[in-house]
Amino acid sequence: MAADKTTRSETFPSGIASVGLGEVEREVPLDDPPPLPPNAGLAVIGKSVPRQNGRAKVTGATRFTVDVTLPGMLHGRILRSSLPHARVRALDLSAVARHPGIRAVLPVARPEDPVAALVRYIGAPVAAVAAVSQSAAEEAMRLIHVDYERLPFVADMDKAREPAAPLVHDAASAPQGSASGFPAPRGLPLNGNVRGPASDSRGDAAKGFAEADIVVEGEYRTQVQMHCCSEPHAIVADWRADGVTVYMSTQFTAGVRHELAETFGLKLSRVRVIVDGMGGGFGSKSTLGAYGRIAVALSRQAQAPVRLVLDREEEQMDSGNRPGTWQRLRIGARRDGSLTAISLLSYGTAGVALGAGVGNMAQALYACPNFTGAQHDVFINAGPGCAMRAPGNVPGAWGLEQAIDELAERLAIDPLVLRDRIDPSAVRREERRIGAERIGWQKRHAPGADPGPVKRGLGVAQSLWAANVQTNSACEVRVMRDGSVEVLSSVQDIGTGIGTVMAQTVAEVLGLRPEDIALRIGDTEYPAGSPSYGSRTTASITPAARVAAWRVLQSLLREAALALNAAPGDLIARDGRILVRDEPGRSMGFGEAAARLRTDRISAVAARGDDYGGFRRRMEDAALAQQDLGGVQFAEAAVDTETGIVRVERVVAVQDCGRPMNPLQIESQVHGGVVMGLSYALFEERILDQHTGRMVNPNLEQYKLAGAGETPAIEVVLLENYQGQSATDAYGMAEPATISTAPAIANAVYNAIGVRLRSLPMTPAAILAALGKIPARS
Amino acid sequence: MNRFAWAHARGIAEAAAAASTTVADAMAAPPGAGGDEMSIVKAGGIDLIDLLKENLLVPAKLVSLKDIPGLDGVVEEQGGGLRIGAMTTLATLADHSVLRRRCPVLADALRGSASAQIRNVATLGGNLLQRPRCWYFRAADYRCLRKGGGHCFALSGENQYHAIFDNGQCAIVHPSTAATVLVALGAAVELANAEGAQRQVLLEDFFVPPHRDVQRENDLKPHEILTAILLPQLPEGLRMAHVKQGERDSFDWPLADVAVAFDLDPEGSCKRAAIILGAAAPVPHRARTAEAALRGRRIDEDTARQAGRAALDGAMPLAKNAYKLPLFEVLVRRAILAAAARQ
Ligand SMILES: Cc1cc2nc3c(=O)[nH]c(=O)nc-3n(C[C@H](O)[C@H](O)[C@H](O)COP(=O)(O)OP(=O)(O)OC[C@H]3O[C@@H](n4cnc5c(N)ncnc54)[C@H](O)[C@@H]3O)c2cc1C
Ligand code: SF4
Repeated sequence: MAADKTTRSETFPSGIASVGLGEVEREVPLDDPPPLPPNAGLAVIGKSVPRQNGRAKVTGATRFTVDVTLPGMLHGRILRSSLPHARVRALDLSAVARHPGIRAVLPVARPEDPVAALVRYIGAPVAAVAAVSQSAAEEAMRLIHVDYERLPFVADMDKAREPAAPLVHDAASAPQGSASGFPAPRGLPLNGNVRGPASDSRGDAAKGFAEADIVVEGEYRTQVQMHCCSEPHAIVADWRADGVTVYMSTQFTAGVRHELAETFGLKLSRVRVIVDGMGGGFGSKSTLGAYGRIAVALSRQAQAPVRLVLDREEEQMDSGNRPGTWQRLRIGARRDGSLTAISLLSYGTAGVALGAGVGNMAQALYACPNFTGAQHDVFINAGPGCAMRAPGNVPGAWGLEQAIDELAERLAIDPLVLRDRIDPSAVRREERRIGAERIGWQKRHAPGADPGPVKRGLGVAQSLWAANVQTNSACEVRVMRDGSVEVLSSVQDIGTGIGTVMAQTVAEVLGLRPEDIALRIGDTEYPAGSPSYGSRTTASITPAARVAAWRVLQSLLREAALALNAAPGDLIARDGRILVRDEPGRSMGFGEAAARLRTDRISAVAARGDDYGGFRRRMEDAALAQQDLGGVQFAEAAVDTETGIVRVERVVAVQDCGRPMNPLQIESQVHGGVVMGLSYALFEERILDQHTGRMVNPNLEQYKLAGAGETPAIEVVLLENYQGQSATDAYGMAEPATISTAPAIANAVYNAIGVRLRSLPMTPAAILAALGKIPARS
Repeated sequence: MNRFAWAHARGIAEAAAAASTTVADAMAAPPGAGGDEMSIVKAGGIDLIDLLKENLLVPAKLVSLKDIPGLDGVVEEQGGGLRIGAMTTLATLADHSVLRRRCPVLADALRGSASAQIRNVATLGGNLLQRPRCWYFRAADYRCLRKGGGHCFALSGENQYHAIFDNGQCAIVHPSTAATVLVALGAAVELANAEGAQRQVLLEDFFVPPHRDVQRENDLKPHEILTAILLPQLPEGLRMAHVKQGERDSFDWPLADVAVAFDLDPEGSCKRAAIILGAAAPVPHRARTAEAALRGRRIDEDTARQAGRAALDGAMPLAKNAYKLPLFEVLVRRAILAAAARQ
């Protein structure tokens, strides 16, 4: 074994910096770099480096997909169903085809096909055109004649569960899979409009409840939330004889490239996907999507570039959403707080699609020997849901973290003390300690204790999220003969500033400044990078960037070693110079060393290796790290008990992400997560008119998002949690940052007024109703 | 949005002649009627362009009032009143030294409306004439009663933001926040037509409730221009306040707002009171029972509370808006106490 050893042993820092660091031994591949010291010992990584594209963004120079114009570009538009459920008996495209401005016409609904003839929600695509101008495309919409046969529909989850409810799908059209988020096992039963249950259990829940001294039980509801990306879904598809180039606002250039190749029967080498600036995605831009396929098909037909940008109404009706859920949670505990059993029953709806589970919060957050869970998806005639920032665990936390607070109160144990007893995570224990101190937990009073109509309260909630890694993420680092450096990957900057983090990583290795590193990202011409979803981008791409930089540095050091008359192994790169480790006087500039290169440039490509300590689970090109991510958030809320208005005054968010690579950018992510969670807690809701199945607030006026006026003071504390698992030991946090906000606010509201809100959003009407202030109607 | 022509009127008569119809008349007409000829007046365009974007209105021409001299500004009139040009923007008024001195309650109400960007563009005249926000009204898919159809979708539908008073036929709430205050202060509007004829109408009478005409919110006639808003001289010692409550603090219409104005006799008893509820009814709603509850009484916590309760007299909440009852009750009380606290 010793003879062909491909790894070496290394000692890594390990543990939580604020608690005290220890060491861990890991086997690492021979050509991986040495362990990275804790942030305190680094020059660039772990520092708050401003994002490289910040100036371009705030001055309007950034080019978003909506800004792309190509010569001869056409404008696409989709005709959408105005009925929630109908059979398209006839689709007459003859008039539109004669319109002089129309260059391509595409039927989407197909009357001749028993499945494709059906539209199942308002906003479902029926046909599409490409026209010489936007107004011609809009005119064309009025020239398409659709003969619909109306079918009965159902737009409410509870009604859809009734035996006599109209069926949204039949066995052939109903999507397969489970309610438990992802991955979705196929083959779950379909009963009317209900798919499931997806079941999970351990121990013996019945026995556990029998052993309990106290059982709390509650029903929790969450509304449908929309993604509301500031940049709409947008694509410019340019089909040519030699292949297709697609400019697209996407969270995964490399994935869209694969989808395009498969959908249109092309070799990967003939497909290129590009995204420059991006205005958010939150899960709704993970795939090519129906509108993407339509744009490419129109471009192929017209033999010209086609631009397709969804308007806000299309965004709200047909670009995905966070499914609505209902769950019943029962938790049994002994007097000392130890949990004896948890049972979870959930129904959720992602409209015509699947994925409306409540995640794994109840299963996995707390130590409990007995668990039983059954989750179901309910189909209704409404736009399809899709992944949205921490899918599943956001509604999951809404229930679980309130139930745990309720249990704490019944046991007369402080909610933090109870969590100390039942939460096995050392990371969250430290996060609770830090957060409690920051928010001033000791001043928390009994529920409803404030005198006067405006009552204040403090609340806490925790989060759990798997640390995802995309194992096929790759990155290239190039050093040019003039000393300039490039980092290249198809990974896209969804708005988080990942490019800047890559520049920091490479700069740290090469002894340069982050601004010395040129970024080439968001283009599948470069090595395939990771998707920007599942909070995995930093975890996946930064180790590859460090390894590639390390390897290219070794080549450069070999050149420098000749000039400095030293062994390459004795050289280090620091402060823009290459120097001999123990004799810093013997050195040369980085550029001088580069000038000695034989060729114009040297380069190395590296892929994300496996976590040094191994993964917990692997799924094709993705994997789960051993240790989960999470965080603890504290909220302080003021409730006006006369008007029902809730104002969140302060949020303290203590989050972990392994090694924090760039605190400034991570804080921005946490701010975004908190505001999104607050907005979910208090304002947002897709409202469907029950008589017509139409969303009545498909805009950003009546669909209410929290604004600057509603944003609380947000304090972010980042844990440094080292595990010695990769070349950077960095993981994600964008999703956990939004999981616990709403339940923390709900627990604060309870602490303020002594009444528990179990349904979202907590509008003034809901608060006044909970307080018993709304008179019964006569 | 369809193509339309664009004209700048230089004078009031020219604008009145050019404007073939009002938005209310145009939207109530059967689809397609008058399409080729339809020309509409535009002020800031905040509401108008919204209607165009939703394809609720397809005019052939917009007539801008922006270049007409003398339509904006605030003038202190001989008799002690204020004349506010219809084209004065909300932002200008919010910061206007004369208005801030003479009627800070109105200036504050305007400062609290919409958002900074909107206030920079929106005019007071346009604000009073804006069409309702009912989401069925705003969606082209619903041809409801107010748009000339046969049915109100809100009464049995999603009515959480709708009226609690006078909601039997059509349950819109009047969208103008300024109107709540202006009606409480007894303001009037001045209108001119193409022939140069002028008329003045008390703002309260200018608004049209559903039983008079369910398809319009005001009595603007075709070929008529709103030229000014006239504030009467306010009696010495008048106590006023405006309070509003929105779900959000900006970029949102209030869920409820209340304007009160009253004066006291030397003994401290209320002589006259005006209590107007906004976002409560299809027109700014005068809470007569609440006004009566103040008259002749000293203003204290108790009277304010009784007036708050009295303000709900006649309210008939719909399935989803009963929360407005406790909300108005408390806002009326708070507004009265806030006004009493002002010297
Ligand atoms: C997000 C948002 C929030 C808002 N919040 C509030 C709020 O809290 N409170 C509130 O009161 N408003 C609010 N508004 C509404 C906004 O204040 C009005 O739309 C605006 O004041 C309209 O004024 P304008 O000058 O733009 O009118 P325009 O859109 O130009 O005109 C409105 C209508 O009046 C007609 N018109 C305008 N001027 C004249 C005239 N002089 N003579 C004859 N006809 C005329 C036009 O033909 C048109 O039909 C909000 C708007 C938005 C978008
Ligand atoms: S409330 Fe009025 S505007 Fe709204 S749907 Fe009913 S009739 Fe139309």
